[in-house]
Amino acid sequence: MKTIYLDNNATTQVDPAVFEAMRPYFTELYGNPSSMHRFGGQVGVTLKEARASVASLLGCEPEEIIFTSCGSESDNTAIRSALNARPDRRHIITTAVEHPAILSLCKYLEKKDGYEVTYLSTDEYGRLDLEEYKAAIRPDTAIISVMWANNETGNIYPIEEMAKIAKEHDVIFHTDAVQAVGKVDIDLSKIPVDMLSLSGHKLHAPKGVGALFVRKRLPFRPFLIGGHQERSRRAGTENTTGIIALGKACELAREHMTEENTEVKRLRDKLENGLLASVPDTKLNGDPEHRLPNTTNISFGYVEGEAILLMIDQVGIAASSGSACTSGSLEPSHVLLSMGVPFTFAHGSIRFSLSRFNTEEEIDFVLETLPPIIENLRKLSPFSAEKQAPACTKSFTE
Amino acid sequence: MWEYTDKVKDHFLNPRNAGTIEDADGIGEVGSLACGDALTLYIKVGDDGRITDAKFQTFGCASAIASSSALTELIIGKTVEEAEKITNKDIAQYLGGLPREKMHCSVMGQEALEQAIKNMRGEAPSKAEHSHEGELICECFGVFDEEILQAIKENDLKTVEDVTNFTKAGGGCGKCIPDIERLLAEARGEGVCPAPSAEPAFPAQGMTNIQRMHLIERVIDEDVRPKLKADGGNIELVDIDRDIVVIRFLGMCSGCPSSRATLEGLVETALREKVDPGLKVREG
Ligand code: FES
Repeated sequence: MKTIYLDNNATTQVDPAVFEAMRPYFTELYGNPSSMHRFGGQVGVTLKEARASVASLLGCEPEEIIFTSCGSESDNTAIRSALNARPDRRHIITTAVEHPAILSLCKYLEKKDGYEVTYLSTDEYGRLDLEEYKAAIRPDTAIISVMWANNETGNIYPIEEMAKIAKEHDVIFHTDAVQAVGKVDIDLSKIPVDMLSLSGHKLHAPKGVGALFVRKRLPFRPFLIGGHQERSRRAGTENTTGIIALGKACELAREHMTEENTEVKRLRDKLENGLLASVPDTKLNGDPEHRLPNTTNISFGYVEGEAILLMIDQVGIAASSGSACTSGSLEPSHVLLSMGVPFTFAHGSIRFSLSRFNTEEEIDFVLETLPPIIENLRKLSPFSAEKQAPACTKSFTE
Repeated sequence: MWEYTDKVKDHFLNPRNAGTIEDADGIGEVGSLACGDALTLYIKVGDDGRITDAKFQTFGCASAIASSSALTELIIGKTVEEAEKITNKDIAQYLGGLPREKMHCSVMGQEALEQAIKNMRGEAPSKAEHSHEGELICECFGVFDEEILQAIKENDLKTVEDVTNFTKAGGGCGKCIPDIERLLAEARGEGVCPAPSAEPAFPAQGMTNIQRMHLIERVIDEDVRPKLKADGGNIELVDIDRDIVVIRFLGMCSGCPSSRATLEGLVETALREKVDPGLKVREG
């Protein structure tokens, strides 16, 4: 059975061209770029090109890129660096809808190190409130970290404006752009972001490589100490194959950027509109306007997400859910809850995230197979629009 | 991805006895939409007291649907008395086991069965929440003490995590966790019968809450404060919340964070030795 992969916000297929680019560095060109001999040295040259390619996608200087092992490492490095650079400042601003890499770290810093953290709230569409944001900034704010785009809903946040406001208040601004890089235009020569995290496997490079942009002259404290690599900003022998792959992936992302926002978006819209129109009691989660071109998050009322996922898995469709059961926790997604999505709908939410490798036939197949699956599950369910459940006295507000 | 047995997958993909019974003799409803899973069980009982038919409607994940389906197969053909003896363990076993985190699905099945039988006998309305006596422990998932105690007993649960896996209690905001701990202790028999040994394992053992609080105060007054005062500092007892003793340092001690950590350690050592080894000290 063919897999219809609609879970690209979780991870993506390595582009065959990316794989070709990295292959020789496993087999023949396995030298260490730090070595004195030419055999290693030639790898260093390719790394330089990769760095330039990443920089060019972001509109920054190659020296401003630090390669890391993943998005989470970039996030951790950025936040800890900012805190260490300004030890007198004890306040952090972030949002309630960040990726766990940021949220868990902030919770940890709050608990263990006594930092104060402000979690910006969102409205029912998952949008942030700039007034709330401005009011949250304090003289002792050390860092502001706001994701560029949300992994679950695809919502895009007003990073340019937020970074400018941070600048006015002389606060370091970091953005987790893991979901945004390659899908939306990012020009750091114009947008005053201080640090930006990205991850290779979200844009058709393999897992295990990421990058952190650190603006020139920003005070920086390394996370990994022990070597001169990355100009002593991140110790450890370079993941040469991964970095070369990321360079190639960024080059391809530049080429495909228009396609992401036209063809991929068209297929996404077709899927979204089709499902909302053909399945009753559905609801779109997220900001209809400012959203990644590849993501749609739809709630199917009165059925549970895990059950839907396993049913569509039977026909080869891979997606993900914000339901409690799939996360191994008992609560539905924090992103949906912070938007005030009713539990009824949060439990039945499905995220479809496309890529340039998806085809029209695949989308047609989903539009054909999914509605009857929902209908069958609803037949099993004791609930419906007419027969609502007794309300649970839940209060998940943290 | 969950590791479901083939039997679970089969009952999920091909649920047996799904639907409703118009003229059911007993209906049991548990769970709710908000809580993430819910089950309505219908039973039909013949003149000889045997369950002739059972049907279910379930909102929930694969294991919830499979557990409901298994339950109906288990009870059809049994007498009501036999069916009453079925526990969540039997349901899980019938399915070849469930992931530990999903055991609450089997518990939901057992509860629906209990409710349906009660309803048949006219002992309870079909809605589970009206039939509960006792104390509501977990507000997030509407779990009562009796359900938790029963799950602890029948499945030999030892930790809060276990209780959450089996009943969901504690899996939301977490504020009921101390109460779950209390129930676990109760089930272990602690606090019910006094410690048999002549020599208590630690000074505060067997004391009432008030006695324990006074002892904590006394240790701080007599042992800790004089030491701090010698260095120009002082300590204030702010609160005692079960095992957490909240204190505040005053005077010289309150300034520097590193010495504060040492001081916290000092207070903790004294309290653990003289009151209860389970105590934790926090600054508030
Ligand atoms: S009250 Fe039990 S988890 Fe919230």
